[in-house]
Amino acid sequence: MSVAKSSLYEHPLRVVYHFLKIDTALFMALVILCISGLVVLYSASGGDMDAIQRQLVRLGIGFAGLLLFAQIPADQLRSWSLWLYIIGVVLLVLVLVLGETGKGAQRWLNLGFVRFQPSELMKIWLPMMMAWYYAKQVLPPSLKDIFVGFVIVMVPAALIIKQPDLGTSILVTGAGLFVIFLAGIRYRVIAVFVGLALAAAPAFWFYLRDYQRGRILTLLDPERDPLGAGYHIIQSKIAIGSGGVYGRGWLNGTQSQLDFIPERSTDFIFSVLSEEFGFFGTSLLIMVYLFIVVRGLVISARAQTCYARLLGGAISLSFFSYVFVNIGMVSGMLPVVGVPLPLISYGGTSMVTLLTMFGILMSIHSHRKLLGH
Amino acid sequence: MSALLVAGTFILLIMRLYDLQITNYSHYQTLSDDNRVRVLPIAPTRGLIIDRNGEILADNTPNYQLVITSSQVKDMSELIATLAEFIDIQEHELARFNKALKRQQSFQQTPLKLNLTEQEVAKFAVNQHRYPGVEIAAHSTRYYPQKNSFAHALGYVGRINEKELTKLDKQKYQGTSHVGKVGIEKYYETDLHGEVGYQHVEINAQGRSLRVLKTQTSLPGMDIQLSLIARLQEVAEEALGEENGAIVAIDPNNGDVLAFVSQPNYDPNLFVNGIGQLAYSALRDDKHRPLFNRALIGQYPPGSTVKPIVALAGLQYGVTWPEKTMYAGPFFQLPGKARKYRDWKKEGHGIVNMDSAIAQSCDVYFYQLGDELGIDRMHEFLIQFGLGSRTKLDTVGEVKGLMPSPEWKRSARGQPWYPGETIITSIGQGYMLTTPLQLAVMTAYIANHGTMYQPRFVRATRPTGTLKFENKQPIPIAKVKVDDESYWQAIEQAMVSVVHAPNGTARRIGADASYQMAGKTGTAQVFGIAQDEEYDKETTPKHLQDHALFVAYAPVENPVIAIAVVVENGGSGSSAAAPVARKILDAYLQDKTLEGKHIVSR
Repeated sequence: MSVAKSSLYEHPLRVVYHFLKIDTALFMALVILCISGLVVLYSASGGDMDAIQRQLVRLGIGFAGLLLFAQIPADQLRSWSLWLYIIGVVLLVLVLVLGETGKGAQRWLNLGFVRFQPSELMKIWLPMMMAWYYAKQVLPPSLKDIFVGFVIVMVPAALIIKQPDLGTSILVTGAGLFVIFLAGIRYRVIAVFVGLALAAAPAFWFYLRDYQRGRILTLLDPERDPLGAGYHIIQSKIAIGSGGVYGRGWLNGTQSQLDFIPERSTDFIFSVLSEEFGFFGTSLLIMVYLFIVVRGLVISARAQTCYARLLGGAISLSFFSYVFVNIGMVSGMLPVVGVPLPLISYGGTSMVTLLTMFGILMSIHSHRKLLGH
Repeated sequence: MSALLVAGTFILLIMRLYDLQITNYSHYQTLSDDNRVRVLPIAPTRGLIIDRNGEILADNTPNYQLVITSSQVKDMSELIATLAEFIDIQEHELARFNKALKRQQSFQQTPLKLNLTEQEVAKFAVNQHRYPGVEIAAHSTRYYPQKNSFAHALGYVGRINEKELTKLDKQKYQGTSHVGKVGIEKYYETDLHGEVGYQHVEINAQGRSLRVLKTQTSLPGMDIQLSLIARLQEVAEEALGEENGAIVAIDPNNGDVLAFVSQPNYDPNLFVNGIGQLAYSALRDDKHRPLFNRALIGQYPPGSTVKPIVALAGLQYGVTWPEKTMYAGPFFQLPGKARKYRDWKKEGHGIVNMDSAIAQSCDVYFYQLGDELGIDRMHEFLIQFGLGSRTKLDTVGEVKGLMPSPEWKRSARGQPWYPGETIITSIGQGYMLTTPLQLAVMTAYIANHGTMYQPRFVRATRPTGTLKFENKQPIPIAKVKVDDESYWQAIEQAMVSVVHAPNGTARRIGADASYQMAGKTGTAQVFGIAQDEEYDKETTPKHLQDHALFVAYAPVENPVIAIAVVVENGGSGSSAAAPVARKILDAYLQDKTLEGKHIVSR
């Protein structure tokens, strides 16, 4: 990593990267990931060039967002944090009141010229809010601060779960809690909260909708309903397992190409990759993800303001949690919650949100340097 | 701290993937193949059955069915209603379709109507584009071009029923819908069936076939050549006319069954794809019993047709000799008994010897002979001709008939044997029962002077993939041994007299024959006539009239055909049965087109 970085820094392009205020290593890793994603998507969509084009457009918008946010200093973001959080909560309320329904849940808000999911925005806006709040407190946070942090997290999380969108709600909650974690919570306190969470689990169970309960039961025993809810997990595991060491080859996965994998362009695209590229391909992918997350954490650790450190760390860990939840889900370790594989799955909102988040990381990276010199 | 958490979690993921992709690879590989590959059986083509001259008796013809893939149909009842406008769909067909629909998966084809007529096929073909999900499927189905003629010999195939399903080899019968139910079709099921083939088809998640991955073709069943001759069969049927009865003709040199007629008969094609309940009950309840195979399982008292071999027993045991004469009056009485055993000829035959007693079918001569032989020796000798046991003809359901003995009567009826029963047994009455097939075998034994072969329908088979039929070796069966060859000549001469002597009972058929034949008439009583009462053909209702029998073989010097004819309620053997036999013998011996010299290879 360091070798690659230093060699790139001596490169003439270094000036360009510096001008764009981006971290070269992280940027390259993201580009590699997105290109791999297009390759897999071509296979998963059955060679649909229209889908590739649409995905390219989203990538374009996403990278534009990345470059844009890379130019905005973290301090600037910090001053917007509270307002964005408030706007986000209002939008979530609006979704519940007049949102559009898709696949049995109200998630979309139509502003006339653009149709989007406010819950996706909360993936950035909530950690920004949390980082803003804890950056003002004495760290490690007191119990009172932790409680306030929980309230800040629970408000949007509850609104999203009401849509209902369990997957996004979990990810948003995670993004918020990562900030508390990074703020330096004591392990004793973590233990207490884990205990409380376990105690609250039965209550949570009653709060879940039938189909959500079904998913959890199905995870524990996919054969419970092999043609219904369990079908997705069973078929996905078959696809992953039958990939073997080197996979069946690009475009040659039978599970993928013959429609056995559900949602194979979106949530289950990892199964397609696993079947066609095998253990070799999946480990390589996880390495790239690992690199990105670790690089993000390194950037955050070097940040000079508390706000930037907390936000950058939360962004990195959020990204990590998306990867874990998706791969865990398709490989049958976690329940099916409808989380896309970051930067690989077909889909617009998450692509743009994610790249924007990396724009913030870039900004934290480059503006630190400016301050440093 | 965070980096450790992240790295640890990712190691967890990689371990999970290692477990799925490396450790359990073969398990998931198998599941994946099971998912996408469907193995479809290919039913083998059933072997053909041809006659001795290569004429097809059991064929396979395409049968068109209207099939529906329910997953492609939006409104089934509306679809059926519109189809019914130009295709006749019966109530029971609709019921079967709805039943089958529930059992099958929606992507499978379900037959709505079987046996489409050519017009229906044509009408549908024009309109096909209007009915997505509806297709015409061609199947191979059994067809018997000779229709009724060979029903009792061939039997037929029919749809496999629940009971057969449990007995048949599931592996071999995948994809096979029909199985031999009776007759040759059943006996040779294994040979005719062939080997099932397989097609490995790749399917997608919706179950639609995408491409064929591998095909293992099915092997057609063996073709079978019968010893039967279609044209001789035709002649035999015509000779029997409208009468109920049976004819079995056998080649004494190898056991080949040349003609096998049982009348009335039925069209075996009706049974192939399921006979309707009405048509079936009509056949079943017909008082002439067309489904009853008289030649194979019809048991008749042989009457006088057994007299030649009773005489042979007399010679073998030294009880009588050809020149021995006796006075045959109108009746015979056991010493000290009042009962009179009457001759069929009211005034008696006068002085007779063995030759004239057989030629004239003198009952009194045989009453006397039977009395002297005794039932035990008669039983012991007659069973050598296969009476009372199965002939082992290569078909199913044959019955044994009955050659009575005191032991049999004791165990079957719990009664002692009475001397009077010996007397009537000697003229083939009483308990004695024979099938027309047994009578033909008995006659062939006489023709061969004691040797015989197991009777057989199938003389050659053509194993799958070969072009030539392989002849089967005739199987010799137990010989009838007598001490002196002259005994055979004596009874043969007597049987010639039956046909050719001026006083022979069948002299009318022998008068203008260009070859010599040996025969024996027989008349079997359908119901008992009281002492002193007379049987009058004119006043007796048809169904109570005697059965007419005739057995014969020809030419005498070198017999090539032995025949047994039974005409139910035909009256006397000489007038009803003998002329039938003559027509068949004439056809076989004089019409050279009947004898197939070469086998048509198809």
